[in-house]
Amino acid sequence: MSETVAPLAAPPSSGAIRRAKRRSDRARAWRAFGLTLPLLGFLLVFFLLPIADMLRLAVANDELARAMPAAATALRGWDGEGLPPEEVARTLAGEMRAAYEARTLADVAKRLNNDNPGYRSMLMATGRKLPDAPPDDALGALAAIDDAWNNPALWQAFRRAAAPWTDLYVLQSLDLERGPDGAIQARPEGQAVYRIILWRTFEISLLVTLACLVLAYPLAYKLAHLDEGTANLLMILVLLPFWTSLLVRSAAWIVLLQREGPINGFLQSIGLIDAPLALVFNRTGVLIAMTHVLLPFMVLPLYAVMRGIPKSHVRAALSLGSTPFTAFRRVFLPQTLPGIGAGALLVFILAIGYYITPALVGGADDQMLAYFVAFFTLQTVNWGMAAALASVLLVAVTALYFLYARVVGIDRIGVGG
Amino acid sequence: MIKPLSLGFAAATLGFLLAGPVQARDLTVTSWGGAYQDAQREIYFEPFAEKTGDKVVEDSWNGGIGVLRAKNEGGESAWDVVQVEADELVQGCEEGILEPLDWQELGGEDAYLDTAVNECGVGTIVWATVLAYDAAKFEGKEAPSSWADFFDTKTFPGKRALRKGPRQSFEFALMADGVPLEKVYEVLQTKEGVERAFKKLDSIKDDLIWWEAGAQPPQLLASGEVVMTSAYNGRITAANQEEGRDFGIAWDAGFVYQIDSLVIPSNSPNKKEAMDLIAFMVAPENQAKMPPKIPYGPTNKAALDQVPPEVSKNTPTDEANLPHGLFFDRDYWVDHTEAMTERFNAWASQ
Repeated sequence: MSETVAPLAAPPSSGAIRRAKRRSDRARAWRAFGLTLPLLGFLLVFFLLPIADMLRLAVANDELARAMPAAATALRGWDGEGLPPEEVARTLAGEMRAAYEARTLADVAKRLNNDNPGYRSMLMATGRKLPDAPPDDALGALAAIDDAWNNPALWQAFRRAAAPWTDLYVLQSLDLERGPDGAIQARPEGQAVYRIILWRTFEISLLVTLACLVLAYPLAYKLAHLDEGTANLLMILVLLPFWTSLLVRSAAWIVLLQREGPINGFLQSIGLIDAPLALVFNRTGVLIAMTHVLLPFMVLPLYAVMRGIPKSHVRAALSLGSTPFTAFRRVFLPQTLPGIGAGALLVFILAIGYYITPALVGGADDQMLAYFVAFFTLQTVNWGMAAALASVLLVAVTALYFLYARVVGIDRIGVGG
Repeated sequence: MIKPLSLGFAAATLGFLLAGPVQARDLTVTSWGGAYQDAQREIYFEPFAEKTGDKVVEDSWNGGIGVLRAKNEGGESAWDVVQVEADELVQGCEEGILEPLDWQELGGEDAYLDTAVNECGVGTIVWATVLAYDAAKFEGKEAPSSWADFFDTKTFPGKRALRKGPRQSFEFALMADGVPLEKVYEVLQTKEGVERAFKKLDSIKDDLIWWEAGAQPPQLLASGEVVMTSAYNGRITAANQEEGRDFGIAWDAGFVYQIDSLVIPSNSPNKKEAMDLIAFMVAPENQAKMPPKIPYGPTNKAALDQVPPEVSKNTPTDEANLPHGLFFDRDYWVDHTEAMTERFNAWASQ
């Protein structure tokens, strides 16, 4: 024994061991952190930065300052009463002509048009008609081109466009605006539309979530109680819609639901209805088609949770004298709550962002907020409005999520057994 | 763990650097795809390639000024000739992302319809949004012949469809309300005019269905969902020719016509070839080949006479049809689309 024990050169102190352990722990922690770096980088680049940029776009107001910097500075120094002093007008007229020549006036014109529709073509026409050299009487020259230059409202719009930030889009997306005195007021009836649309978006999403739950719960229950082979086969049928394009599915619903379509035909042939029902191009069509599209997102979490509930639990309840309904209500149902929570959240959040399905199978008053985000992004390229609407949706959904987490409890949302 | 990542990164960076400057590439033309671009390939792109020996590469898109802007940023454009609608032409030209055309090479402005001439683009087709109906449903009865009929649900019961949104819905509502064609946009400039359009739309609100995509109106007619609808004229004629439908177009009722233009992105590296291709595409003898395939009207006045009458009667530029046409006011709609879309949706929600 003594032969195998080599004398230690210097036995380490307990402090040195602790230090070495701390060092190796720290190294391991850093390595573990290092492994998550790609994900963090990914989240930052593709998720956090775009969201930050979107929030910035909702209040960005640099069109005028970029195209006509001197005019923007001059306008910021003006008190905004009546018409501006001649030198402000001259700076603006000079830079406007230059911007027209450099083809940068369009951005400014579009920004002013967001403030007051009609300004875009008027400003482009002014840019075209202005002389190259700034006129001596700039106010008069501008007014001679278009009467609108005599109106302080136009100059105030310019002044608002010269500010570093704007609340125009955020206010507009909440159906608010700034009055002539600068105070925030409600937009006139007939133009106030986004609150209605936001409310409608939540209403449709909630109804779709409920419909999915009602349909998916018995289905998932049945699937969970079948043998695995049959369950997997049926699961393919549940997943089948995933493999079909969203457009095709929406178009198929139009065919099925239309006035002379098979569903109306069947209902009429069995004498249930006399005249065809209006099932498509209205709210009914939107709810049916969206429920169909989103159903798998409810079935999957429910199925996963139900599979994890041991069959012995319900059997035990029954053997102890419970009625089947009580056994379901007090033993089975509570254990599926995390699945209900996860499925409902998933379906609701996905539903909130829908726009193609409502656009195709809905009427004019069934469009959801995402439709307008797409409208401003793709059709009119008003990124300020698109970003403001998207931000409103983001805030509303986040608030709803915290409310939900508070009421339902965040730990209840899950699919783990 | 770090190694493969940094290696991969280095390789990607290197690849990026090596790809570096874009090489001179083939002439690239971008259009709407589908049957229309198939026809363009046959009558424009392939003959042009044959004639000049240049290769013509094709791409397709769905429009949008945002796309043109993105193509304009950084380096050379991947497109040389692009077919655009009115909004993109007006805004693209104002923003300087489109190249002014050489009108000399195109034969001068006077050779074309006034509405087809723009600093940055030349019209290539005239298409229309028309009042269409299923003639089979009106056999032995009087078919609708005016927009007033469209709004008359007593004489012509049944649902009708318009394109979702204010564009054209306003124009048709005012036409139905008795506003002469040349006054429509003048009336729309006023608050009262817009109210008037809404009031007219309101009168048949419960009988209106709103379509979203151009393929929908023929389907809505075919399935009997609606008795009449606004529709793109090319789609209606195509349904008649290819699916044997008997859809009618009430040209005399009045229609709104628009022009698609050919443009060159200002950062195209092949501007000269692009100009040559455009000149080839709008030459009268070539333009005249399009209507027999797809009934969009030519913009070159000399091409108008070369279209056979039985084809011409299905195009908005036919001499019998054109007087009933209202040219889509792009300036009005670029200015007012957002505000009117808001108002339209507020109205629809009531």
